[in-house]
Amino acid sequence: MSATPSKNVEGKSPVGKERDGYRMHLMLCAGTGCVSGGSYKIKDALERELAKHELTNEVAVVMTGCNGFCAQGPVMVVQPDEIFYQFISEKDIPHLVEEHMLKGRPVKKLMYTPPAEKTVVPKMSEIGFFKKQRLLALRNRGLIDPEVIEEYIARDGYKALAKVLTEMEPEEVVQEMIASGLRGRGGGGFPTGIKWKSCREAPGELKYVVCNADEGDPGAYMDRSIIEGDPHSVLEGMAIAAYAIGSSRGYIYIRHEYPLALERLKKAIADAREYGLLGKNIFDRGFDFDITIHLGAGAFVCGESTALMASMEGRPGEPRAKYIHTVEHGLWDRPTNLNNVETYANVPLIILRGVKWFTSIGTGDVTDNPWGGSKGTKVFSLVGKVHNTGLVEVPMGISLREIIFDIGGGIPNGKKFKAVQTGGPSGGVIPESLLDLPVDFDQLTKVGSMMGSGGMIVMDEDDCMVDIARYFIDFLVGESCGKCVPCREGLTQISRMLNDICSGQAQEGALELLERTCNTVESCSLCALGGSAPNPVLSTLRYFRDEYGAHVRDKKCPAGLCKDLITYYIDAEKCNGCLLCARECPQDAIEGEKKEPHKIQTDLCIKCGICRDVCNQDAVFVR
Amino acid sequence: MPKLKIEDLEKIVEQQKKTTSLRGGAGRVKITVHMGTCGISAGARKIMAEVMRCVEESGASDIIVTTSGCAGFCSREPMMTVEVIEQAPVKYVELEKKKVNKIFDEHVMKGNVVKDYALAIGSEQTL
Repeated sequence: MSATPSKNVEGKSPVGKERDGYRMHLMLCAGTGCVSGGSYKIKDALERELAKHELTNEVAVVMTGCNGFCAQGPVMVVQPDEIFYQFISEKDIPHLVEEHMLKGRPVKKLMYTPPAEKTVVPKMSEIGFFKKQRLLALRNRGLIDPEVIEEYIARDGYKALAKVLTEMEPEEVVQEMIASGLRGRGGGGFPTGIKWKSCREAPGELKYVVCNADEGDPGAYMDRSIIEGDPHSVLEGMAIAAYAIGSSRGYIYIRHEYPLALERLKKAIADAREYGLLGKNIFDRGFDFDITIHLGAGAFVCGESTALMASMEGRPGEPRAKYIHTVEHGLWDRPTNLNNVETYANVPLIILRGVKWFTSIGTGDVTDNPWGGSKGTKVFSLVGKVHNTGLVEVPMGISLREIIFDIGGGIPNGKKFKAVQTGGPSGGVIPESLLDLPVDFDQLTKVGSMMGSGGMIVMDEDDCMVDIARYFIDFLVGESCGKCVPCREGLTQISRMLNDICSGQAQEGALELLERTCNTVESCSLCALGGSAPNPVLSTLRYFRDEYGAHVRDKKCPAGLCKDLITYYIDAEKCNGCLLCARECPQDAIEGEKKEPHKIQTDLCIKCGICRDVCNQDAVFVR
Repeated sequence: MPKLKIEDLEKIVEQQKKTTSLRGGAGRVKITVHMGTCGISAGARKIMAEVMRCVEESGASDIIVTTSGCAGFCSREPMMTVEVIEQAPVKYVELEKKKVNKIFDEHVMKGNVVKDYALAIGSEQTL
């Protein structure tokens, strides 16, 4: 009954070239999120059911990189029908295989329904989350198996490397990068071409090309996903950089907390070496380049270029003063070019499709000035109080509103949007009044935040802005390397002040002192970590000063979050006396008879909020 | 794996073309075999196997083979629909291996509808 019976007897999924001659590919997401949701168990179940229906020669299971729609995971896209399935579990598989893979009837139950709508959207390209995205750095996501080098090559992989080696002088490559206006995606936004030029012109025979994959912002996972989903795009970008700069040694600095990314990277490097795409005399053009992986222990400060290089040399990850440039005196005092994962992933595309195409996407004009705009796209990890959590890539210049409401699907549970935090711990908070702001490097800086590496945390009315600032400052207190006083001591003091504000112990004048301390840390710290550390405080102070004021002056937390400033009450009119809260209260602090309104004994209450969570009548409130 | 030359990149692109067009959903021809319970019991799976054999033999990379449910004309199963890009879909009925071969050679490869086996040209109107 099968097409070519000898092809696949064991029912195992085909790999690479063996996938020819299959009528259907099940593109199952194997990014970290979906894997923890059980992707590999689903894969086994799919193979089992396909074998049962004798479909193993017709339908192939392909494990892809992160598809981006992590909130709905595990997810799978069925090609060629382009049907998108979400929240798949092992028990769905027998029905799914019989209905869709055998009988061609897509299963509605597993399809996506947009928030506040009733009808399902079967096709991936019609789902709002995917529709507004523009994939450059993530161009191959979900379309290839990241562990099969041929599938990368099939989508024009390594063609850009071939092009620069045969048709372009290194100087031309550098000029092309400058003209493209590509700016560093790791956060700094420094023009990539200018960096390459300085490194190329720096004296020295031996130069290094380093890839920064030490992604440390809380809630950010752009670089991990690129490496997991398309590792070769990073390798190719690095090889092109090496050719342009005149280097033959590359390093990837990646944190050990990324085991899956590391595994795929290792395989990609090994495969590229086998094919001679890394190593000696690549494409017989006399160009040598090879890449070594360096494992980092996962320290936030090691994302800073000089700290990263110190760590690679075996020293503690501490930054040094910026006036000594790493493009001249970098790793082991040699000229070193350091770019971020996403930056490298963009490079092959710019070489292949050209400056004109790349500069048609994004904002501003970079013809004479690489700082004149933000070109291309940016990958964001959209997290927090938003329906469609996930990884999104959007053109520069798109508004925050479009990202949060059109792609992200808005705020869940009917709550109101309050603010969005961009740029991680070094970034700031942006309020609702600025939602129509076009997102690019310069606009975000102007409003007191920054692009950063692309974390985007959405907050609703229940989030307290002082508490948010305190969270980021506490993170930075822990991550500060301690080398310079303003950062080490200043952040500790800021943290103490924020704690006082949150617990109602702050005195008159606390906000002014807080501001002064922030300014000192900002202007006196050694590296960018300290220099940008006060941003979360300064930006929340700028846009939510009233909320700080309420904490200091009135000893109230308007969002009802800071425990020391709130009291739980039961609304006697709403309470129907069901006893549910009284039973669940860990302190036995709730009194009241059945069918009579209950009352919370505030002296016993520890403000855990369980009563509010369990109440069916919405009768518990905070003041 | 041998060391690649620049020409080899293009060869790999060619080898992978079937995969690329399948995932890009961009085929020249789409063949749908109807796999309702009626279709399967009338032998639709054999028809599917034959279609896939034909595609493999032809070496073409721009043909998408898919399945769908019952077409509603159960008495004349097995059925398949051939849709050449920018042309009306054609439904073929009461298929057997030999007919599949002929339809594949004539309609899929050369673009000539095999009128003898066809039920109708075009699909029902929806909405």
